[in-house]
Amino acid sequence: MFNRSALLNIRGLGHHTVDSVWRLGYAVRFFGITLASSATAFRRFRLIVRELYFTGVLSLIIILVSGLFVGMVLGLQGYHTLQTYGSESALGVLVALSLVRELGPVVSALLFASRAGSAMTAEIGLMKATEQLAAMEMMAVDPIARVVAPRFWAGVISMPLLAALFSAMGIFGGYLVGVVLIGVDEGSFWSQMQAAVDVREDILNGVIKSFVFGVAVTWISLFEGYDAPPTAEGVSGATTRTVVTSSLAILGLDFLLTSFMFRGI
Amino acid sequence: MIVKWFRIRTFWRLPNAVAQENLVEISDLSFAYDRRSILSGINMVIPRGKVVAIMGVSGSGKTTLLRLIAGVVKPSRGEVRVDGVRVNDLDTEGIYRLRRRMGMLFQFGALFTDLTVFDNVAFQIREHTGLDERMIRDLVLMKLHAVGLRGAQRLMPSELSGGMARRVALARAIALDPMLIMYDEPFTGLDPISLGVISNLIRKFNDALGATSIVVTHDVQEALELVDYVYYVSEGRIVAQGTPDEMRASTDPLVRQFVYGEQDGPVPFQYPSREFARDLRLS
Repeated sequence: MFNRSALLNIRGLGHHTVDSVWRLGYAVRFFGITLASSATAFRRFRLIVRELYFTGVLSLIIILVSGLFVGMVLGLQGYHTLQTYGSESALGVLVALSLVRELGPVVSALLFASRAGSAMTAEIGLMKATEQLAAMEMMAVDPIARVVAPRFWAGVISMPLLAALFSAMGIFGGYLVGVVLIGVDEGSFWSQMQAAVDVREDILNGVIKSFVFGVAVTWISLFEGYDAPPTAEGVSGATTRTVVTSSLAILGLDFLLTSFMFRGI
Repeated sequence: MIVKWFRIRTFWRLPNAVAQENLVEISDLSFAYDRRSILSGINMVIPRGKVVAIMGVSGSGKTTLLRLIAGVVKPSRGEVRVDGVRVNDLDTEGIYRLRRRMGMLFQFGALFTDLTVFDNVAFQIREHTGLDERMIRDLVLMKLHAVGLRGAQRLMPSELSGGMARRVALARAIALDPMLIMYDEPFTGLDPISLGVISNLIRKFNDALGATSIVVTHDVQEALELVDYVYYVSEGRIVAQGTPDEMRASTDPLVRQFVYGEQDGPVPFQYPSREFARDLRLS
């Protein structure tokens, strides 16, 4: 026989489940409205360009520096592992494939979520808390078309570009450590990389991954900001949720995409 | 350029129906949120050209009334008519069309923090008109001059004092010469000088633009000096109405407590609770 506390727990669980499903539905609807409002954003492309600067250009430093260090670490670790099998010449392949297929899209998306995603959530959450979105609506300007859609497309456009730059810097880092520092043969480093990395199989799949991550991270960031309770605590909670949810979404989607893309390998 | 100017002036002025005596008419209106009643049985008219105050204690439903007039929320029962148009029936496009003829000053200004003072005032003009930048510049400078802040056009909102921010927001609210200007707590947190300035500007703009104004406030003395008519809202109902003089002379205990700021009365000082002695475990 259930006591009162158990019943309350079950009721709380049900309430939480209904709330979560409702919120998911709201998020999907928000995504649909954002897409439907995108025509306005593209007609006034300068709005997207402005957001590209804030989300893309201002994320460059963290992406480039991280890419360089990740590539350098890959160069070091890869060399020590390959040396065991006498395959140091394949260092270029290891570094390039690791970056282009996995680390480039995933790590740059994680960094993007922390740097640009959290900023988007905080900005929109604060715009809501200070009634800027309400003021916009009162001026007969749709805040989703004017504020959300340009940020969404800026995020979606900048993510693959940032991931490509991350991979490029990573390969350069691997080259610095492997060839310049340790002394792996430069010719085999580049030629084996060129031979093993396939444009469609590796690079295009990496770009698709980063595009999907871009959609997911930007959607989550914008929705969390738009749905944030209009208080300091609400915005702070929404920013935290953006980073946590985006990170989990990136890793989960990465597994799904990898399992589809590299089935035959 | 002249043709464009003429078009914008006449477009905003065109009423949707034959000009009526009352710009806003609210009849038998009720509004509930999450099954909690916020407003009930509201009947109200806002005559053209007048400045009308909606007063009442915090949480009495004053701001909700503004939101209903602007079509942000829809009533559970009854109707809201603005310039002869039934707001309840409008779709999003219709509500946006109506709002282009309304201006609203928010409690703390709600200026766009990433835009300069100039761009804040220009925002609505750029969004809704095809005017070229030279004409927009002239219009914005005229609005800023009217609120005494032409010299602050290049400042960011973070560089403004509370009073200045409210004046910029006022310039933004009147950017398109609206027929109806709504003020949500325009006097909150202002120093006496800024308060006087805002109060004067509300009257000046109402009369100069031939607009109609609704001021939601609990700043009794300032409002009674400024407005032509007062509605007093308590617990979601209109419990008193009249001219400022009638409100001052009212014998209704609720109105007297509000107008003269009495600490105790129909609105109790103590939040409902058990007997004090029981809380102290003395009985």
